[in-house]
Amino acid sequence: MGENGVLQTRLRNGLRVHLKEIHTAPVISCWIWYRVGSRNERPGVTGISHWVEHMQFKGTPRFPAGTLDRTINRDGGIWNAMTWLDWTAYYETLPADKVNLALELESDRMVNCLYEPKEVESERTVIISEREGHENEPTFRLAEEVQGTAFRVHSYHHEVIGDISDLRSISRDDLYQHYRNYYTPSNAVLAIAGDFRSSTLLKRIREYYGGVPTSDIIDFESRVEPQQFGEKRVLVEGPGETPFVEITYHSPAGSHPDFLPLSILDSLLSGASSLNFFGGGISNKTSRLYRELVEGDLAAAVSGSLPASIDPFMYSIRATVRSDSEPDRVVDVIDQEIEKLLQEKVQEAEVSKAIKQARALFAYGSESISNQAFWLGCSEMFASYEWFETYLDRISEITSERILEVARSYLTPQNRTVGIYRPRGGTFNG
Amino acid sequence: MAKSKHAHKKLDVSSFPGPETVHRHELENGITFLARENFSSPSVVISGFQEGGSLAEPPDQAGLAGFMMSMLMRGTKTRSFQEIYESIESIGASLRFGMGKHNYSFFAKGLAEDLDHLLELLSDVLRNPSFPKGQFDRVMAEKVTSLAIRDQNTGARANLRFNAMTYPDHPYSSPTSGYQETIRNIDLKKIRTYHRNLIGPKDFVISIVGGVNADSALESVRRFLGGWTNSQQTTQPELPSLTPIKGLKRESITLDGKIQSDVVLGGVGPSRYHPEYLAAALGNNILGRFGMYGRIGSQVREAAGLAYYAASSLAGGPGPGAWKAIAGVNPVNIDRAIDLIRDEIRKFITDGVTQEELTDNQAYFIGSLPLQLESNEGVSGGLIHVERYGLGLDYYQRYPEIISSISREQVLEVAKEFLSPDDMVVAIAGPGEIEGDA
Repeated sequence: MGENGVLQTRLRNGLRVHLKEIHTAPVISCWIWYRVGSRNERPGVTGISHWVEHMQFKGTPRFPAGTLDRTINRDGGIWNAMTWLDWTAYYETLPADKVNLALELESDRMVNCLYEPKEVESERTVIISEREGHENEPTFRLAEEVQGTAFRVHSYHHEVIGDISDLRSISRDDLYQHYRNYYTPSNAVLAIAGDFRSSTLLKRIREYYGGVPTSDIIDFESRVEPQQFGEKRVLVEGPGETPFVEITYHSPAGSHPDFLPLSILDSLLSGASSLNFFGGGISNKTSRLYRELVEGDLAAAVSGSLPASIDPFMYSIRATVRSDSEPDRVVDVIDQEIEKLLQEKVQEAEVSKAIKQARALFAYGSESISNQAFWLGCSEMFASYEWFETYLDRISEITSERILEVARSYLTPQNRTVGIYRPRGGTFNG
Repeated sequence: MAKSKHAHKKLDVSSFPGPETVHRHELENGITFLARENFSSPSVVISGFQEGGSLAEPPDQAGLAGFMMSMLMRGTKTRSFQEIYESIESIGASLRFGMGKHNYSFFAKGLAEDLDHLLELLSDVLRNPSFPKGQFDRVMAEKVTSLAIRDQNTGARANLRFNAMTYPDHPYSSPTSGYQETIRNIDLKKIRTYHRNLIGPKDFVISIVGGVNADSALESVRRFLGGWTNSQQTTQPELPSLTPIKGLKRESITLDGKIQSDVVLGGVGPSRYHPEYLAAALGNNILGRFGMYGRIGSQVREAAGLAYYAASSLAGGPGPGAWKAIAGVNPVNIDRAIDLIRDEIRKFITDGVTQEELTDNQAYFIGSLPLQLESNEGVSGGLIHVERYGLGLDYYQRYPEIISSISREQVLEVAKEFLSPDDMVVAIAGPGEIEGDA
């Protein structure tokens, strides 16, 4: 057990285990993280990591399809899974005395999932339906085009859901091979927070996971995105009455020293972002872009996002353009604000405010057992748990000079893609 | 299965909110105060509601109550819009309002040390809004934009049509957000009048949960809200009666350029005051939630692979909210999905639920209580729910026994009362119905 109250160890088969006792409620949150996501996909099998995640709910000999959900619910628990660029995670949040169930289910499906051909075909249409639901949304259509334009070489160029042609052609064997390749103890982190004794729980973890055989994963070397030499622009047209703008800059990896200064810069521009995966953010009405765009009567909403990732990804600014305004005017105002940021030193009071917001949001997140368990594992996916533990200290050290440095490094026209969604006009027949 | 049958007996119900840990006081001006201390938390959640929502707004001004609510934080007699938000965002806090048919609600969160500031601000925006003209114009434009986005959303459009067909000539037929055409009928005079008639201390409930002393919190509420009066506060209009749905009523909306259709089908459900509401809730969980969306999900998603989501919901508010199923499907599969869902409803009201299903779902309802009450937000929401429906401060401690006592017969009876596959509304929104090959 470390001074931080977190037990960190590794089993002989390579499974990394992180345990954090929190005794404020009789609840545990158990997460198993695999280092595999859309980053690990080649053209032809895009979306396969997400599909594998779906197949993990389709049963094992011990827990046949349909029984897993009911088993968790019956004991008062909730569970789900998510696939992202760099990782796939499965979690169960349960009454504390049911922790064995989570360990049993997850250790079982790490190796024993069936991938029945019938289930693969049934799930193919479900996933296509999921993608079609996304395609109904103009913001998805724009985001997909912007991401694909920003990344020409790196596998971050496609959406996690995958391309429709690949969703139609991926085979059962493709899926099973992907599962066998990446779902192995040495490629996983088990993170549990909640009402338990770490020493007792670790014994149980060894019982359930100690016998799971490990295998070497086939290394996936991501292709480095070459430097961009000029602004890219993309125009998407579609149904509706509302234009949208998305401007995205290539950003540093989550572990890079520039990442947190850029997150504070985002806080100044578009409002404080929350580290709380399960909600708990604050409004952004005093941010620079809100004042200029929304109070300037050009946009109805503005937001920013900077996901932490293994490889350099994207810092994005998104605006919902008012119907009486124009996307180009919104882009112009964003440019003016960025220019101001580059030319005028940020006042220390503004930096202090952003830091205080980050500290408050961090404190809220610490109250949730699920959120604590999330970061116990997630931080290992793109950096290490130390990243999360030292977050507040590093945030507190950020100065206006550092913000200026990262603004000059990243917020350049040559480093960005500007996307505009232009509506063709709406027709309502009902 | 049997080992879970009496899972609730292992629960330590004394850890749930109850008369020993919940502080409840009624102030002289009509405000009800609730609090529960949680000193393991550095934060505090302030939430609550007041009886009175959008029921009083005229149909041609649908969205008026919600518009008024959106204007509360836009300026007061002593604070500008930017000053209001600077005062909360600079301390990492939040304060927001929501409008419903029967009541409005509020939610604030901040560090425990900022309780007084949040209460003072809450009091100021409720009692002294200045409704500035410039902000009115801006909110109008923002609402028109958001309604335009909503009107392109297949799920929203199917639900709007469903409500219009299920609740004809009834306040539930229109959304609290209004329509693009009705929102334009709203002006500042109407907003001021609605505010004056609605917002006041009578039937106002406030709950404070977190790292604050309950007695101190009560003193703060007295200080900031105790002197509040509003002699013009009016009472809610009565809900009109509903005409039962006869036959299958089906309507479709075409939204050009969409890929997927949303389907909503069902009818009027029980209010939360219905004596068998919890039996209906258990039944609904079996029908369209448990596991991966219950029986409906099992057929539409798992077996047929038609939809990413296919589930049922029960609104259960102060009035007769909807009991309905939803599914997002490719247009070629609309009829097949509707048939599968109607088949499940027919089985549900004919054969009822099995003992195993009932036992599993009772265990879920009881076993998930610690998760629901883990956070300050969860506890605060629980206190509000108990007060809203007069369930008693010991409700969560009695909850395991209440749920365990529900029988299969009760579930079947309430299902038969409210659901019928032959008398229901079906609303569809999407790219247009295409002749199915199934």
